[in-house]
Amino acid sequence: MTKVEINEELCKGCGLCINFCPSKVLNYADYTNNKGYHPAKLINPEKCTGCTSCYLVCPDCCFEIYR
Amino acid sequence: MKKVIVKPKVLHNIPWHYCPGCTHGIVHRLIAEVIDEMDLQKDAVGVASVGCSCFNYDYFDIDMSAAAHGRAPAVATGIKRVQPGRLVFTYQGDGDLCAIGTAEAIHAAVRGENITIIFYNNGIYGMTGGQMAPTSLPDMKTTTSPYGRNVQETGFPIKMTEMLALQEGCVYAERTKVSNPASINKTKKAIRKAFELQLSRAGFTIVEILGTCPTNWGLDPLQAIKWMEEKLEKQYPTGILKNSKGDSVICDKK
Ligand SMILES: Cc1ncc(C[n+]2csc(CCOP(=O)(O)OP(=O)(O)O)c2C)c(N)n1
Ligand code: SF4
Ligand code: SF4
Ligand code: SF4
Repeated sequence: MTKVEINEELCKGCGLCINFCPSKVLNYADYTNNKGYHPAKLINPEKCTGCTSCYLVCPDCCFEIYR
Repeated sequence: MKKVIVKPKVLHNIPWHYCPGCTHGIVHRLIAEVIDEMDLQKDAVGVASVGCSCFNYDYFDIDMSAAAHGRAPAVATGIKRVQPGRLVFTYQGDGDLCAIGTAEAIHAAVRGENITIIFYNNGIYGMTGGQMAPTSLPDMKTTTSPYGRNVQETGFPIKMTEMLALQEGCVYAERTKVSNPASINKTKKAIRKAFELQLSRAGFTIVEILGTCPTNWGLDPLQAIKWMEEKLEKQYPTGILKNSKGDSVICDKK
């Protein structure tokens, strides 16, 4: 079991995590955060394998991964 | 459930000023992870340079200093010589290291200073608005070369890490990139290797990291990563440029 949490307020909506997630777990949210960016959001959390790619490519340290 | 991956404790929990998708942040995190894993939070000293990363003394929760443009290797030399037991690194962009700071860097390597340069190469002056840097590629469009860099007029891209690797005082030089999970892991290993060599007093070490500047390249963050791999990496091939094992101390500084 893996759980991924995204700090939406740190997110700048760059999309790198969305692109590099091999399981298509992530996409943009339809709302904006306080900075005005559409943050990354888990759309298919059940597909997450805990591979940590999202954490690795995120330039703003938005991810926390629990196992 | 246990938190298995979280922001390294060597980073303050504040937002960074970098543009969306700028890979400076990835490199900061990697340095912090290595310092965490080597348990060096109390011993590490970073020297910030002038460029987009100039505020990184606010981001790392370690002792930090800031240097005038290009002078980080000189400041790091002073710190390391009075406190030889500490891990001393500079964080410099290509505009800082390869233009105004060329002499400082070369002579730090020539002297075999036991310091590590973390060199972020995005081929442009990011902070000041995307002017041409000595590292800019032939025909690359920048705000000061709007028709593309004309090498007849402005010369060729500088190969700084190759120059540093040539110096006897330099024991380790590697060029990496941060373009996908695998290359990010590789970059972390290179940083760790350089820090370990420094702690064994082996001599001067440098890790050049190819990174992006989506804003001044005029590309979105993903296109910028592709451009980095297709164009920047072609001019600056990744790999180990020098690795002299580190089993002999070549320049012990007292
Ligand atoms: C003595 C001096 N000359 C020029 C400048 C202007 N200046 C500020 S940052 C910079 C270059 C930054 O480029 P780089 O090191 O590549 O870092 P980046 O912003 O791309 O991360 C220059 C020329 C300055 N601050 N001080
Ligand atoms: S851990 Fe892997 S699978 Fe899960 S969201 Fe991140 S990149 Fe996708
Ligand atoms: S990589 Fe980080 S900053 Fe970029 S969209 Fe994903 S969570 Fe946001
Ligand atoms: S200007 Fe370029 S190097 Fe500077 S923070 Fe923005 S994207 Fe990064």
